[in-house]
Amino acid sequence: MPAHRPRISIVSELRQSLVASVWFMFLTFPIMVIRVNTIENTIEWRWRNMVLIGLGTFFLSFIWRFFLRRREAGRKKAEGGETQRLTLTRRIIAAREVRRPSLVAVGAFVLLFPFLFSTYQTNIMITALIYVMLGLGLNIVVGVAGLLDLGYVAFYAVGAYAYALLNHHYGLGFYSVLPLGALLGLTFGVLLGFPVLRLRGDYLAIVTLGFGEIIRLILENWNEFSQGPSGIAGIDRPGLFGLDLDLDLAMKYLYYLMVVMVLFTIFVVNRLQNSRIGRAWLALREDEIACQAMGIDKHKTKLTAFGLGATWAGMAGVIFAAKTTFVNPASFTFMESAIILSIVVMGGMGSIVGVTLAAFVLMLLPEYLRAFSEYRMLLFGACLVLMMVFRPGGLIQKVQRHYEFHDQGPAGRD
Amino acid sequence: METLLNIKALYMRFGGLAALEEIDLEVRTGEITALIGPNGAGKTTIFNCITGIYNPTAGDILAGRPGRKPQRLNGRAPNEVTALGLARTFQNIRLFPNLTVLENVMIGRHCRTRAGILGAVLRDRRTRGEERETLVRSYRLLTRFALEPFVNELAKNLPYGVQRRVEIVRALATEPFLLLLDEPAAGMNINETRQLDELINRIRDEENVSILLIEHDMSLVMSLSDRIYVMDYGRMIAQGPPARIKNDPNVIKAYLGEDLDA
Amino acid sequence: MFLGGLTRGSIYALIALGYTMVYGIIELINFAHGEIYMIGAFTALIIASVLTVYGLNALAVLVLAAGAAVIYSAAYGFTMEKIAYKPLRRAPRLSALISAIGMSIFLQNYVLLAQTSDFLPFPALIPELKFWRPYSHLISSAELVIVVTTIAAMVGLNILIKFTKMGKAMRATAQDKDMALLLGVNVNRVISQTFIIGSSMAALGGILIASHVGQINFYIGFIAGIKAFTAAVLGGIGSVPGAALGGLVLGLTESFATGYVSSDYEDVFAFILLVLILIFRPEGILGRSTAQKV
Repeated sequence: MPAHRPRISIVSELRQSLVASVWFMFLTFPIMVIRVNTIENTIEWRWRNMVLIGLGTFFLSFIWRFFLRRREAGRKKAEGGETQRLTLTRRIIAAREVRRPSLVAVGAFVLLFPFLFSTYQTNIMITALIYVMLGLGLNIVVGVAGLLDLGYVAFYAVGAYAYALLNHHYGLGFYSVLPLGALLGLTFGVLLGFPVLRLRGDYLAIVTLGFGEIIRLILENWNEFSQGPSGIAGIDRPGLFGLDLDLDLAMKYLYYLMVVMVLFTIFVVNRLQNSRIGRAWLALREDEIACQAMGIDKHKTKLTAFGLGATWAGMAGVIFAAKTTFVNPASFTFMESAIILSIVVMGGMGSIVGVTLAAFVLMLLPEYLRAFSEYRMLLFGACLVLMMVFRPGGLIQKVQRHYEFHDQGPAGRD
Repeated sequence: METLLNIKALYMRFGGLAALEEIDLEVRTGEITALIGPNGAGKTTIFNCITGIYNPTAGDILAGRPGRKPQRLNGRAPNEVTALGLARTFQNIRLFPNLTVLENVMIGRHCRTRAGILGAVLRDRRTRGEERETLVRSYRLLTRFALEPFVNELAKNLPYGVQRRVEIVRALATEPFLLLLDEPAAGMNINETRQLDELINRIRDEENVSILLIEHDMSLVMSLSDRIYVMDYGRMIAQGPPARIKNDPNVIKAYLGEDLDA
Repeated sequence: MFLGGLTRGSIYALIALGYTMVYGIIELINFAHGEIYMIGAFTALIIASVLTVYGLNALAVLVLAAGAAVIYSAAYGFTMEKIAYKPLRRAPRLSALISAIGMSIFLQNYVLLAQTSDFLPFPALIPELKFWRPYSHLISSAELVIVVTTIAAMVGLNILIKFTKMGKAMRATAQDKDMALLLGVNVNRVISQTFIIGSSMAALGGILIASHVGQINFYIGFIAGIKAFTAAVLGGIGSVPGAALGGLVLGLTESFATGYVSSDYEDVFAFILLVLILIFRPEGILGRSTAQKV
């Protein structure tokens, strides 16, 4: 039976938008319109803002209600048992004729990038790749295992400071510390996991947030250890058989290194997620009690999720320190954790492709939309809310693995 | 005929409230045992004690595979109990909603497989073999119980009756010797209940799994069970074969007004 | 030190009230609650400045600015709920929490962009109480006002929850939302009311602490929010007297810790306390542990 579509009255719609518009003009009046200059004791009245808010809200409220209605309709359809039609994107990706050549094109682009663009652009790309790695790591914890870790940045910081300190005090090189960063990440991940084993979702989130902040505050205040807010400078970049590289070459080198690291990360994470352990994580996320009833040790599963997730942050931290040659506590605030979380959320919980794309979008878009860079954080916040309300499955809805069974045996296909 | 599950003098207290008192219960090989009683009698509490969700205040719960030494279950974690061979379903179906039916059942194979982190990353021959076996066994299990058409469906999209069946099959995937079913017929119509009856009998006969079930549907209970235990207010008030229970005055009193001949 | 702790504790308690009430009703940690507190302070500052420039007397400024702050905070709380939380009432808790985080970030940057990133000096709105002058060496006039206001707010809230119809509706909704709905309680209205009251309390706290400390900036919501949340959890989340107790304990602990140990690590103490409480006694001092029904 087709869903009953309610008649939309134009008058009612106009009225609702008008009410919304007036309400928001009232709401934002003090903060948007009035600006107080306490030094000169003057007041600036920015009436233009009020007009913008009024008009903007008027139109946005139509759009808002439209999408809300669509969401309700979609929900009713799903409850009625209608299967989802594959979205356009999915159908494009699935078409084999398109897939191979586009992969080749992307591959070529990636390989040639540093030679096609400036050092500055390469630097940005390296940052984006670091965030891909971070996103994939947090994806294990949040997306697959369903453990809301708000303190992920702590492992990032551990890796970065490990390299900074070891390089500064003992002269250890990049490649010696990289595996150490991974190990430290793993250890801290498990250590952090222990106290939170018994905690439920929201509490788990807050405690991990607390841990993240505690680590940052320690780094900021324990001057003898971490040199406090001024940080540690002069960290070595990764060497290439002892050659002395100028900035341009060093960036190119770092770029290719990052590409390799990201490919490695994708490879390992993919294998982990599609394995017995991966399924245990999924079970944990879906229903902790049923998970245990299936014979899965939930404590061990949580710890492996935390540990294996944190490993990537540890490594990413080492690379970050090597790239910027300078670390200080300000790079490891809660906001960083929130950004990485946004990447995972936007990518769709658990989807490797989604997270990779989301990292690129989130990192590169602000760069190429320079005009809006001031509003970057504002849009971050808004995006999180909008994503959760309208598209909790992520930008690219994850499609389940479809298994086909022939007489010869099973074949898996995404 | 061996005893698979032996509960002796079980007590369960929550603060001042005595939920279970002096419970004795035995499940034997090849039998379907039913646990009945009015709501709130403590039936699910017994399940929770067996499966490790609660730690009993006093008493013993012993269980073991036929031919093996029985182990004490008190206070063990739920996953340990399942690994030992007792699997359960829940009063409110607890499937993994966003996973497919096949994935749900594959997760049931977890405690009978061993691949770890290294195996997952390296995908050596043994891991690959294990993965393949998991897939094949899960698929076969689903096919055997007529669930093949739903293999790639998300659990949350399934009709209620199918969900129940999947939950039971998922429990079977853990290779239990004893299956604990908590109100499997809840919300089912006559047809579905009849299918459930067949399903449970098949499980007992073909899979060599014994069953302990909590149920309110009296016709199903009478038809299926070899032995019935009746509870009221946390105590066992009667036990025996269906014919005897039907006429037991204590049972009739507890169910005041309920027609056992239905 | 004790009285300093008392004052701090009162502020935390006021803000914690909002957290605890919202959590009790919809089981959501309103991450953006701290931002409501911050917006209350900013609104008060802005209105007070405008009124002062136009030459109103101090008392009128205080009343109008405080009133405006409370009204606006309530309005922001109400709007926030309608946009970011109501659509997610049936969604998994993770989604709502992430939405709350998004709201928090959004509001912080909203104020940052619309106003400034600098610390703005906040006028001492709380008037000096002349009759208190002989006792000022014990506890300053401002501190007295803070403590008294907090106690009054707590008592008022308790009366509201225990004796009024609205309060009864709130308690019913907190216990079982669906049942309350079936019994004819307008659940949407109750939830909005909860947000409004909680936000008003936060605004009150915002004004008081801003007068006391003397300056505000867009980021104060974050730290205050975490500390208030700690207080709420400490006392038992969902319990109004718990929030008061928790605030007190936190305030005193912080006061003594910074006095005896070190003042650099001031914020760390709150976090450490929070972590310890959630690990060892998540139901808090006055809360009761709720087991999950299987």
